[in-house]
Amino acid sequence: MTTEELKNLTVAKSVDARGTACPGPLLEAKKAIGTIQSGEILEVLSADEGTKNDLPKWCNKQGNEFLGMVEENGYYKLYLKKK
Amino acid sequence: MEKSNEITMEKLLAELENLKAKTTQLENSAKKDQLSIAIISGDMDKIMAGMIISLAAAAMDTKVKLFFSFWGLAALRDPKKTVKGKNFVSKMFGCMLPKGYGKLKLSKHNMCGMGPMMMKNLMKKQHVLSLDEMFKEAAELGIEITACEMTMNLMGFKKEEFIDYPHFRIAGAATFVADAGESAMQWMI
Repeated sequence: MTTEELKNLTVAKSVDARGTACPGPLLEAKKAIGTIQSGEILEVLSADEGTKNDLPKWCNKQGNEFLGMVEENGYYKLYLKKK
Repeated sequence: MEKSNEITMEKLLAELENLKAKTTQLENSAKKDQLSIAIISGDMDKIMAGMIISLAAAAMDTKVKLFFSFWGLAALRDPKKTVKGKNFVSKMFGCMLPKGYGKLKLSKHNMCGMGPMMMKNLMKKQHVLSLDEMFKEAAELGIEITACEMTMNLMGFKKEEFIDYPHFRIAGAATFVADAGESAMQWMI
């Protein structure tokens, strides 16, 4: 997905995990994924560099689809679709 | 064609039964999506590493079972709890070992307690979960903690002085071996 496409996604829920380092963003994602429906999009905000690699791996394991990420000023917006 | 090479329904069914049995056998021997860690060390950095990896695994829906033994047991002590009726050696162990995960030393650069203090400040600054928060998250994620009974007896620790943790049990080495045997990942820290 291109950055433009990612920015135009309809997000069902957004979690701000910028206040936690590894493995905080994963824990936040796990908590949030339970609150959305299958096929809906979850947005995770993280300032932790490792999340860029960790979240796709987490999605892979969970069967969720990692859609991509957008780099903002000092943090990342990561998008995933619940299976 | 010889008769023995003929494919009959009976032969097919027999072969199918054979395959079914083999599949069940394989399924039973397959490793579970489970992480078993024997935590032997009682150093702050090592307990932290163990907890961080465990939390990441649990977030990925991997079942996590931690087996605390030897110096690792000190991390499970509750600083607010005291028990009576200990003998001299047990009291000595109780005095010498850190009282809970908040009082652990660093394995390197401890500098009489300066190290852990600096580390805790740094962790706060970098938004790393404190050990206290890590144990709370672990409880929420259903991470199991087992305290080694033999080392508890050896060092004179009683179950009454350990932290209140929802998935806590006391067991022996065989429990760890059995758990580790069915886990896809087995580590020791």
